[in-house]
Amino acid sequence: MKVSAERCHHCGACVGSCPQNAIFMNDFILDFGEACNKCGRCIKVCPVGAITREE
Amino acid sequence: MRTIECDVVVVGAGPAGSMTAKWAALGGADVMMIEKRPEIGSPIRCGEGISRSWLDRVGITVDPKWVARKVKGAKIVSPSRKYHVMLDESKAGNEVGFVVDRVFFDKALARDAAVAGARIMLKTAATSLIMEDGKIAGVRAVSHGEPVEIRAGCVVGADGFESQVGRWAGIDTSLKPTDIITCYQYRMTNIDYDPDFTEFLLGSIAPGGYAWIFPKDENTANVGLGVLLTRLKKPGEVKEYLDRWIANDPRLKNGQPLEAVSGAVSVCAPLDSVTMDNLLLVGDAARMINPITGGGIANSCYAGMFAGKVLAKAAKAKDFSQSMLQEYEDDWRAKMENGLWRDWMAKEKLITLPDETLEMLVEAVSKVDLERITVQTLLAAVKETYPELVKEFEDLI
Repeated sequence: MKVSAERCHHCGACVGSCPQNAIFMNDFILDFGEACNKCGRCIKVCPVGAITREE
Repeated sequence: MRTIECDVVVVGAGPAGSMTAKWAALGGADVMMIEKRPEIGSPIRCGEGISRSWLDRVGITVDPKWVARKVKGAKIVSPSRKYHVMLDESKAGNEVGFVVDRVFFDKALARDAAVAGARIMLKTAATSLIMEDGKIAGVRAVSHGEPVEIRAGCVVGADGFESQVGRWAGIDTSLKPTDIITCYQYRMTNIDYDPDFTEFLLGSIAPGGYAWIFPKDENTANVGLGVLLTRLKKPGEVKEYLDRWIANDPRLKNGQPLEAVSGAVSVCAPLDSVTMDNLLLVGDAARMINPITGGGIANSCYAGMFAGKVLAKAAKAKDFSQSMLQEYEDDWRAKMENGLWRDWMAKEKLITLPDETLEMLVEAVSKVDLERITVQTLLAAVKETYPELVKEFEDLI
């Protein structure tokens, strides 16, 4: 998964919604861990469309 | 590595965390509260509307500094905007009330915690639990870029919607897609509206959720909406819903944004357990948000107070086992579990209703003069006009 730093508000909507608990966020870093199975829920939940699948 | 010792480490300095820290410290516990952000209360993730009645019951003194605006009531508006239900103070008990400034509100609560004796660390993000002989013994964190171990008898997960601490400990706080509302909001100024009422707009303006206007001052309000995750079809659609509404609402179309707020709320049924040996969860992290309104502050503050009082006892006894923390579990359930279940069931029904049905519901309620408005009296009122509408709600009356 890829995060657009230009769009992301660091709100944590993706973190709390991730079924795999694969997303880590501290103050201003958003990271996808190995547990990510690319289900895409974060893409949908992100209010501002900041997350996309890595091509 | 730097090591800090305490009785209780609270992860997250929102209302739930600060209330827990305050009540635990008041009872004599040695409390450390950590916050990953550099400022408590900022950036906000909240519509900022709260009711008034509960504040003194959890020991919060109203301070004009955090009251942005007192409102006279709430307006619930039908999908066509033709009908609305007014909930004024006399009818909603004392349930309507303030739009707050969370930037100040959260700091006031954290100050109360500090005055009670709690320590606070900013820019400190928990990264994992410390486990020793199979027992939780604190959290590892990164504080201002440096690793730190905070060793504690009990870890309190007050980390909000993200709810990491609970999941690290094995408490399942994961959400179904139908239990997630995703939101976007502007603090918007230069709008022309009624600043004395909070407004809730129902229907396809915000599918499965609602749109809101919460007054901050005469021409500034929090204007936002939340949409049920399962109703979204493409990335970034929530912001599009909001921008479309604003462009089409004559009251808002000349408005200008002062702040953009993004976020999600859980609208799920209460969890089976939020306590275990040496760990408990409070507030949004424990999924205590009201599934109808999406409001979480009151429940967070109640839970924080209950948790803090029990933690103080546990600290005295030097026993943070689950059986010691069970009293907290009992207290928060006695206060809010039935309400959360009832509202979750009502929400499960409401999200299935098309605009036409919501229109009929609001119309029916708008035409009766209710003495006191609760979910039960509302349903009873609808039943008189449209008995077929409430059939599936019958068990909630």
